[in-house]
Amino acid sequence: MTSKPPSDDSFRQLLTGLGSSRGLSRRGLLRGAGIGALALSSPALLDACGTKGAKVSAGSCVSKDLSSTQKTIVFSNWIGYIDPAKAKDTSTLEKFEQETGIKVDYRNGDVNDNEQFFAKVSPQLQDCKSTGRDVFVLTDWMAARMVDLGWLQKLDHSKMPNVDANLIDSLKSPDWDPHRDYSVPWQSGMTGICYNSDLTDPVTSFKDLLTRPDLKGKIELLTEMRDTMLFMLLLQGSDPSDFTDSDFSAAISSLQKYVDNGQVRRFAGNDYVDDMKSGDIVACEAWSGDVINLLGGGKYKWVPPDEGFAIWTDNMLVPNMAEHKTNVETMMNFYYDPVNAAKLAAWNYYFCPVKGAQQQIGQFDKSAVHSEFIFPSQKILANGHAFMSLDQKTEQSYQTQFNGVMGG
Amino acid sequence: MSHGVPSAAPDTAAVDGATARRRGWGWLLLVPGMLYLGVFFVFPTVQLFLTSLYDPSGNYFTGYTLTWHFANYLDAIRDTWHLFVRSFIYAGITTGVCLLLGYPLAYAIAFKAGRWKNFMLVLVIAPFFTSFLLRTISWHTILADNGPVTDFLRTVHVLPHDGRLLATSVAVIAGLIYNFMPFMTLPLFASLDKVDHRLIEAAGDLYSSPFTGFRKVTLPLSLPGVVSGTLLTFIPACGDYINAEILGTPKQYMVGNRIQAAFLTEHNYPLAATLSLILMVIVVLMVIVYVRRVGTEELL
Repeated sequence: MTSKPPSDDSFRQLLTGLGSSRGLSRRGLLRGAGIGALALSSPALLDACGTKGAKVSAGSCVSKDLSSTQKTIVFSNWIGYIDPAKAKDTSTLEKFEQETGIKVDYRNGDVNDNEQFFAKVSPQLQDCKSTGRDVFVLTDWMAARMVDLGWLQKLDHSKMPNVDANLIDSLKSPDWDPHRDYSVPWQSGMTGICYNSDLTDPVTSFKDLLTRPDLKGKIELLTEMRDTMLFMLLLQGSDPSDFTDSDFSAAISSLQKYVDNGQVRRFAGNDYVDDMKSGDIVACEAWSGDVINLLGGGKYKWVPPDEGFAIWTDNMLVPNMAEHKTNVETMMNFYYDPVNAAKLAAWNYYFCPVKGAQQQIGQFDKSAVHSEFIFPSQKILANGHAFMSLDQKTEQSYQTQFNGVMGG
Repeated sequence: MSHGVPSAAPDTAAVDGATARRRGWGWLLLVPGMLYLGVFFVFPTVQLFLTSLYDPSGNYFTGYTLTWHFANYLDAIRDTWHLFVRSFIYAGITTGVCLLLGYPLAYAIAFKAGRWKNFMLVLVIAPFFTSFLLRTISWHTILADNGPVTDFLRTVHVLPHDGRLLATSVAVIAGLIYNFMPFMTLPLFASLDKVDHRLIEAAGDLYSSPFTGFRKVTLPLSLPGVVSGTLLTFIPACGDYINAEILGTPKQYMVGNRIQAAFLTEHNYPLAATLSLILMVIVVLMVIVYVRRVGTEELL
C-alpha cells in the first residue's frame, strides 16, 4: 500500500493555527486534530497493511522449563472428560497430585469447540506469547493444524516410558505426527446419535434424525464442521474420506434445506448436553462417552447411526511458551499406566488408547470390561469413518460454506 | 453528524488579549478527549476499513495482503443482505416496544412515584448488577420448552399444543427488549423529570384537557429523552448477537452472529471487517435521517 502523507499545506495551516491565538477556529482545530490523528496512525497503518501469517518457525519461540521449581500444571480440557473427585474415592487427578506433588489447575470446559478454542489461543501463539495453559486437548485435525503452524513443543519420550510401551498400535503414528513428537492421545471416541427414550421412539439413522416429522425443531447438530458434514456426506452416499468440492457443496445445500424447514433447532458445541437435559431437544448428534458420563445413560441412548459414524482422537498438546513441559510429561506418563487409564475410562466411557487397561478395568466397573464404548470390537470399528484431511484453503472455504448455513 | 454550531468568528470581533488567552486554554481541555478518540476510535476505524479491503483469497495461515479489494463489499451484501434486514427489523421492533413500555414507566417514576422515586429507579437499574450473559442464559431456562411459561401458554391455548417459545423470533426479540429496556427508560426519565410542573398546570388553566396538555407540553419537552433513548436502544440492538445465539436458532441469527463466526471460526478477517463497516455506515445514516426528521439537532 502507498500511504499518502498529509499535504504540507494542511500541516502549515495547523501549525500557524496553533501558533496564533487568533486564527484558530473550531473547525480548524477539528481538521487539525483529524490530520494529527491520521499522521499519528500512518506508520502504524503501514504495518497494518495485511496480516502476517500465523506460522511460527521452530526454535524461535522457546521458553524456559520451570518444572523443577514450580510443581504446577494448567490443564484445559472438554467437559465430561475426567473422573471427578468423590468423597470416598480419590480421582485419578488426586492420585497424580499425591504421587508426584504436582498441583493441577484443571480447567473443565475451557475447550467447548476446536475452532472456538483455536480462536482463544491463536493471538498469543502466533505472537510467541504464553497462553497461560501448559497442556490442552484438541481433536486430530486441529492438532495437525497446530503442528503445521509450529505452535507446539516437542515432547521428550524418555520421560514417558509408559506412553511408548502402552499406546495402542492403531494410534501410534498418525500421518500428521508420525512419531508422536508433539501429541499424545487422551481418548478417542465416536460421533453418533443420542436420543431421549422417554420422549421419542428410537432414532437409529441420520436420515431419521433429519426427516422424521415428530423430531422437527427438537434436534441439534454439532458446530464442529467435520462431525456434522461427515454425516451429510454419508447421507448422500459420498465417502467422507475422499470427496470432491461439488460433493461438499451438494451436502451443504441439503443441510441448508433441513435448517430452513426448521428440522434443526440449532447448532451446538459440547453444550448440547444442557439442551438434552432440559428436554428442549429429544435427539441430537452426540459424542459417545458424553451420553454415559454427562447424561448418565438410562433414558439417554447413544447409537451408531446406520449410515456409519465419525471416529476421532483427542490429543494432549503442549503449546509454545508453556513453562511446565516436564510436569506435563510426568502426567502423560501417569495416564498411560494401565490402572490409571482404566479408572479414567471406567468413568468417561470413551475409547481407551492404553494397552492393558481392559485387564484392569474390572476392578472399577465390571460392566465396562466388555463395553463397546471403551474397547470397541473390529466389527464396530469397521463402520467408522474419518474426515478427509484438508489443505488450509479448502478448509477455510468449507468452513465458510458451513458457517453460511449455521449463521442463518 | 455535523453539529450546527456556528464557528467562532475571530475575524469579525476584535478580541482582546485576555479573552484570547482564555480561549487558548479552552482548546487545551479538548486534548485528552481528542487523543482518546484518535487512539480508540479513529485509528481502529481506519484499520477496520483497511482490513475490509484485504484480498479475500488470503487466509489465516499465509496472512492477508491489502489489495484494495472493494468487491468485498458487493460480495458481502449479496450473501448477507437478509441478515441486515432481519437485524434492523428486530432492532426496530425492540425499540418500538421499549418505547411503548418505557415511556409510561418513566412517566410514572418522574411524576407519580413520590417518595418511591429513588427506589423505583434502583429497580430499573438493578438487572445490571448481574452479568448480561447470565441474565440471557436465565431466560433460556425460563422459556424452555417444558418450563412454566410455555406450559401456561399452552394450557390457555395461546401456543399450540406442540408450540414453543425458545428458539423463535419472539424469544429473541423479547430478550432484546428485556436487555435494552433500561437504556430506554433512563433517558426518558431524565427528560421527564426536568419538565416544569407549572407548565402543565398552566396548560390546565388555559382549558386544555389532560390529554392535550400531555400532547402539547409534556411530550414535546420529553422529546430529547425519546431521541436519546431510541438511539441507545436501537444502535446496540442492531449489533447484538448474544440474544440470537442463546435464545434463537440459525433462522433468527442477526448480522452480529455472522461477524462473530467470520472472525472467530473462519478467520475471514476481510469479511468480518466488511460486515462491521456496512453495519456501522447503515446505522449512522439511519441515525442522521432520524435525528433530522424528529427535530432540531439541539435535541441531542
